[in-house]
Amino acid sequence: MDLEFWLPLFFAGAMGLALLVYVVLDGYDLGIGLLLPFADDSEKDIMIAAIGPFWDANETWIVLGIGILLIAFPQAHGQILTAMYIPVTLMLMGLILRGIAFDFRAKAIAHKKDMWNAIFAFGSLVTALSQGWMLGTYITGLGQTGINYLFSVLIAVTLPALYIVLGAAWLLIKTEDALFDKAMHWAQKSILPMGVAFLLVSIATPLISDTIADKWFSFPDGLKLLPIPLLSTAVFAGLLWLLFDQKALRAGREWLLYGGLIVLCILAALGLAYSILPDIIIGQMTIWESASSTKSLLFTFWGTAIVLPAIIVYTFFVYRIFSGKTTALTYE
Amino acid sequence: MIDLDPFVLSRIQFAANISFHILFPAITMGLAWILLFFRVRYTSTGDKHWENAYHFWVKIFALSFAIGVVSGITMSFQFGTNWPGFMERTGNISGPLLGYEVLTAFFLEATFLGVMLFGKNRVSNKVHLLSCALVAVGTSLSAFWILSLNSWMQTPAGYIIEDGVFHVDSWTAVIFNPSFPYRLAHMMAATMLTAAFLVMGVSAWRMKQKVDGPGTAKIFKAMVVITMLFAPLQVVIGDLHGLNTLKHQPAKIAAIEGVWETHRGVPFTVFGFPDEATRTTRFALEIPYAASWILTHDINGEVRGLNEFEGEHPPVAAVFWSFRVMVGVGMMMILVSWWAGWELFRRKQKPSAALLTAASWMTFSGWVAVLAGWYVTEIGRQPWIVQGLLTSADVVADHASGVMLTTLSGYMALYVFILVSYIATLRYMASKPAASLLAMQQVPGQATHPQSNAGA
Repeated sequence: MDLEFWLPLFFAGAMGLALLVYVVLDGYDLGIGLLLPFADDSEKDIMIAAIGPFWDANETWIVLGIGILLIAFPQAHGQILTAMYIPVTLMLMGLILRGIAFDFRAKAIAHKKDMWNAIFAFGSLVTALSQGWMLGTYITGLGQTGINYLFSVLIAVTLPALYIVLGAAWLLIKTEDALFDKAMHWAQKSILPMGVAFLLVSIATPLISDTIADKWFSFPDGLKLLPIPLLSTAVFAGLLWLLFDQKALRAGREWLLYGGLIVLCILAALGLAYSILPDIIIGQMTIWESASSTKSLLFTFWGTAIVLPAIIVYTFFVYRIFSGKTTALTYE
Repeated sequence: MIDLDPFVLSRIQFAANISFHILFPAITMGLAWILLFFRVRYTSTGDKHWENAYHFWVKIFALSFAIGVVSGITMSFQFGTNWPGFMERTGNISGPLLGYEVLTAFFLEATFLGVMLFGKNRVSNKVHLLSCALVAVGTSLSAFWILSLNSWMQTPAGYIIEDGVFHVDSWTAVIFNPSFPYRLAHMMAATMLTAAFLVMGVSAWRMKQKVDGPGTAKIFKAMVVITMLFAPLQVVIGDLHGLNTLKHQPAKIAAIEGVWETHRGVPFTVFGFPDEATRTTRFALEIPYAASWILTHDINGEVRGLNEFEGEHPPVAAVFWSFRVMVGVGMMMILVSWWAGWELFRRKQKPSAALLTAASWMTFSGWVAVLAGWYVTEIGRQPWIVQGLLTSADVVADHASGVMLTTLSGYMALYVFILVSYIATLRYMASKPAASLLAMQQVPGQATHPQSNAGA
């Protein structure tokens, strides 16, 4: 087997997977942060409790994603992160504010709690917006011109929409009664803007990036991509029906919305992977050009092959421990 | 004179980030083991006081851990945003070491932290104990990998350089590079001391303010035992670490000692003002032959001076002073812990008011010593990022100084805000009577009743 060929490909896949898992998992944490200002005080407590045991581990997936970029593609790592200096810095500050607010609010003196709630929401918003900005910068091949900024702004407002729906979907799973109804309402209100935003991004992407346009609209290779928009549309239509019909969601299958969103995210990730690969910086550098030495990659490969399944197993174990509805009873 | 060039600003920003970050792992690494000890004591003795101690301190652990995690993420990104050359040149070595930290440590601690904090009513005592243990192991594993990388930057080994890029020759040599065992031991002992003095100081303060429960004296006593053992042990480890540094980074030792000319029978400078312009130490208060004796265990031993390394040695005053702060705090730690031990075990009396005051003054002594120690070793490595092979200036990103100044001020403001909030919260929690703390929520609205129709 040709390790020099396969190892970079493996790590590109692992990096994509880590970032996808990050979006799906920390997406609901951030979404709940964005929804927090719209809930009353007791609901806020439950919403925070619904992500309590998970957010820390969820956040670790972005560290793994960026870690793999650093381990496997050090040449690209520096270029990408240097080009994204401002959004990355903003995101880090957002993550810091969100993370500390989560823990301070539980220990704070009563009148300070409002402040920490506000910081939690603000941190989540800054994080979501800057991640969108980063994704936009990345898709345009790290371009720094006016039109590229415009495109980045477009994605910057898309990602929060996705996170909000993810957050509402998570609340459907974890809550009951009035908050459940509220979550349903939030999801209904935000799913259409999310769809529109996705559509706009899909239209704008080939316009902004020639490399991607070539891949999408060349015949017959472009046909391979066709299942992705078709399936996405079908899933999205299914989600709309789920949300406005409500029967299935209210009949104990409330996880369907979150499940459907995961499928949508996977499809988007596949589309993105198809558009980008084998480049790591679009139009500038391939994964093989930027890869670490094979010896280093192999060393990390064995560790990943052993440890990653273990991580997945114990993550699953912990999610099982905390499965079921969150309630407000909690004095120890 | 410092001018505002982006390189200096990048260094200040990285120093600010890592200084802020290390405060919290320094607590959680030690505290994780102390919490495990509380849980094990309760399980084996059934003494409720240990359980109460666990519940009080696990809240502070959770808070410290969260700040440690989010400030740590900042570090992992800044390697790329500010020091891209470091990864481009050493990525083959530093990449996998950081990768193993994420894979073996970060997920382990973050995932089982959820069970530790929120799962007590949902899992058996055994599983909960195991989760506490896994969190403690995770935090220590994290230290293992990151200190391995840090040590490699100080004493690089097991590499070959081709076209300016580092490649691995032997992973064993890379991971267990010459300074690694000493640095790991020194840091682990430091975290134990930081956490134990924090717990001891807050307990002492609670005893003095009479807001404590009956268990506080027990916690205090347990911490006295830990600090009595670790404070002197740290001196021994520190000495060995110093000898290792002398062998591999003589310029750093010369800066620590403030020795300019290579000579024999070198005195130890207790205080003084190293001046790089005149290359002398002014107003030096010296102990004759002591530096030679400490470093070579021979009063006439030769110590190499800074002038041998002119242009390639670290800023002298910063290293010189940081070292004295670190050692000074270490001496205070020995003094206070053995004083406490003498009162508690020799005189068999309740701790005196003076002792409680002294102990509460020492609450954050670990932070001071850890920061000072890291300044010694990190500033002491300059101008190199990889000792003798790659300079920090070679690898810095080319950002405009306006941008750097803005982000640096942003980080600084954020860190001051968090630090103030952290200490205020600690004080608030410490001032609450024991009974009201028992009723304090971990997080309001903790999930308690599992259902079968589980999602996710």
